[in-house]
Amino acid sequence: MKIEETTSAIVSEFENFDDWMDKYNYLIELGKSLPLIDEKYKVEANLIQGCQSRVWLHAEFDGNLIHFTADSDAVITKGIANLLIRSFSGQTPQDILDSSTDFLNDIGLTEHLSPTRSNGMLSMIKQIKMYALAFKTKASMGN
Amino acid sequence: MDPEKIRVDFPILGRKVHNKPLVYFDNAATTQKPQVVIDALVNYYTGLNSNVHRGVHYLSQQATVAFEEVREKIQHFVNARFSHEIIYTRGCTESINLVAASWGRANIGQGDEILISGMEHHSNIVPWQMLCEEKGAALKVCPLHPDGSLDMQAYADMLGEKTRMVAITHISNTLGTVNPVKEITRMAHEKGITVLIDGAQALSHMKVDVQDIGCDFYAFSAHKVYGPMGIGGLYGREEVLNAMPPYQGGGEMIKNVTFEKTLYNELPFKFEAGTPNVGDVIGFGAAIDYISGIGLDQIGAWEHELLAYATEKLSADPLVRIIGTAPGKASLISFLINGIHPYDAGTIIDHMGIAVRTGTHCTQPLMDSLGISGTIRASFAFYNTKQEIDRLMEAIDKVKEFFL
Repeated sequence: MKIEETTSAIVSEFENFDDWMDKYNYLIELGKSLPLIDEKYKVEANLIQGCQSRVWLHAEFDGNLIHFTADSDAVITKGIANLLIRSFSGQTPQDILDSSTDFLNDIGLTEHLSPTRSNGMLSMIKQIKMYALAFKTKASMGN
Repeated sequence: MDPEKIRVDFPILGRKVHNKPLVYFDNAATTQKPQVVIDALVNYYTGLNSNVHRGVHYLSQQATVAFEEVREKIQHFVNARFSHEIIYTRGCTESINLVAASWGRANIGQGDEILISGMEHHSNIVPWQMLCEEKGAALKVCPLHPDGSLDMQAYADMLGEKTRMVAITHISNTLGTVNPVKEITRMAHEKGITVLIDGAQALSHMKVDVQDIGCDFYAFSAHKVYGPMGIGGLYGREEVLNAMPPYQGGGEMIKNVTFEKTLYNELPFKFEAGTPNVGDVIGFGAAIDYISGIGLDQIGAWEHELLAYATEKLSADPLVRIIGTAPGKASLISFLINGIHPYDAGTIIDHMGIAVRTGTHCTQPLMDSLGISGTIRASFAFYNTKQEIDRLMEAIDKVKEFFL
C-alpha cells in the first residue's frame, strides 16, 4: 500500500471518534499492539533525541524497502510510533522522502499533544526521513 | 485562611482548560500571579518606564527609587543585614551561575572539591560541573536516605580538607524534602567551607532568614513567589561579595573606565552589568507585599493542610506510590501510578483540566538513582483547595481506566 493510502486510512479511522478520550483510547490500543523491537536494538544509538519519553527506532534496508521497528516506555508514544511505522515501514527510501506528514495534523494529534510529545513525534519523523536519506545514498553508491 | 477569598486575586484561576475549570498543581515550576503583580507591571510600563540610576530626569529618578525600594523589601523579606547584599539576577539559575563563575573562578583550584546533594536540580549541578571541568576540581554528591532525606552522617563524613563549597537546595523540587540548611551551614563553616543554599522552592512556603541560616549565598527566583518570570536574586554576605571579582562587564558595574583600567562599582552594582529588568523588579516587590500581607505563617499552615489531605488520599490508593516521604516535607507530592509512565498519566490528567508536572523535574541524576524515568508531581500553593485534590483523585481513577 502506498504511504498516502495508509495515511488517508488513518485519518478516516480517527474521524470516527468525536472526543479526545476515544482518540486516546485508540492510540493506547495501538500502543499496546505495537510489535516490540528486538531487545538487542534497544540501545543508546537507537534512542530518539527530543522525546521526553524514550523511543527506540530501528531500521533495516533490504536493498529496496526500509523496515522499521520501534518501542517506547510510554504507551501513548508507542501508539504514535505505531502510526508512523504503519505509514512508513515497507516503503522505498524515495517514497518516504517524498511523503507528506500532514495527516498527523488532520487527525488532531498535534493539537492534543503537549509540545514535548509533539516534538518527540516530529523527531521520530525526522529520524525516519534521515534513515531514508541514508539508505538511498547507500543504494546509489552500490553498497 | 479562606482559599476561596484568595483565589479571586488570581485571574488565571478562573479560566477553563479542556472545557473544565483549571486546577493548577504545577506551582513548583512556577506560581500564578495575583492581579496586584500584573497591575504593578502594567503601571510601571504605563507611567514610569525609564532607565535607572543614570538619568537626572524625573522618570528615571522615580524608577530608580522604586527599583531600590524593592531591594530593601527583599532584604527584609529574607532578613539580610544590608540591601546591598541583594544582587538582582534573572533568577535562581543565574544566581548560582554567578557564584560558580565569580566566586568559583577566584577560589577553586586543581583538586578542590565541591559538595552537592543527590536531590539537586540541574541548575545546582551543571554550573558546578562546568567549574570543576575548568579548574580540575571534583564534584562530590552527598547521598540520600530511602525516604528522600539527606544522609547527614554521610554529609559530615564528606566535608573534607579539600571541600571548598557546599551547594545544597533548601527544598527539593522533586521530593519535597526540606533540608536542615542551618545545620548544613554550621557544619560546613566549622571547617571553613563556603555555603550556597538554593532557595528556589523555599521562599514561597516558609519564612527564610539568611542570617539565621548563616549561609554565604542564598539564591532565589521571583516567579516561584508569585512574581514575574525573568527576575530573581542572590543574597551574598557582604564580606564574601566584596572579595569576589565582577561577573560580567559593562553598564552599572563600572565606576570609571579608561582604556587602560576600569574601576569597578561597589556592591550591589558590581554584579549588575547592563540595563536591569526594572519592570519585573517592581512586580517582584508587589508580590512580596502581597504574600507578606497574607502572612507566610498562614500560607505555610494551609499548604501543610493541603499536603496532609493529598498524602492521605494518595496513600489510600494501593496503586499509587509516593516518591519522597521525608518528615516535614514541603507542599508537593511526587508519585507514580502502578508503573504507568508519567507522560501517559499526565496526558490524561491534563485533559481533566489539571496541570501537574510529569517527567524528571530537571533532576535526572536523582531519577537515575531511584531507578525511575520520572514522576507525576502535584505541587500546591495557598490558593489550592481540597476540592481540587479530590478532582486529582478522580483524574487518577480515569488514568487507571485508560491504562490498566
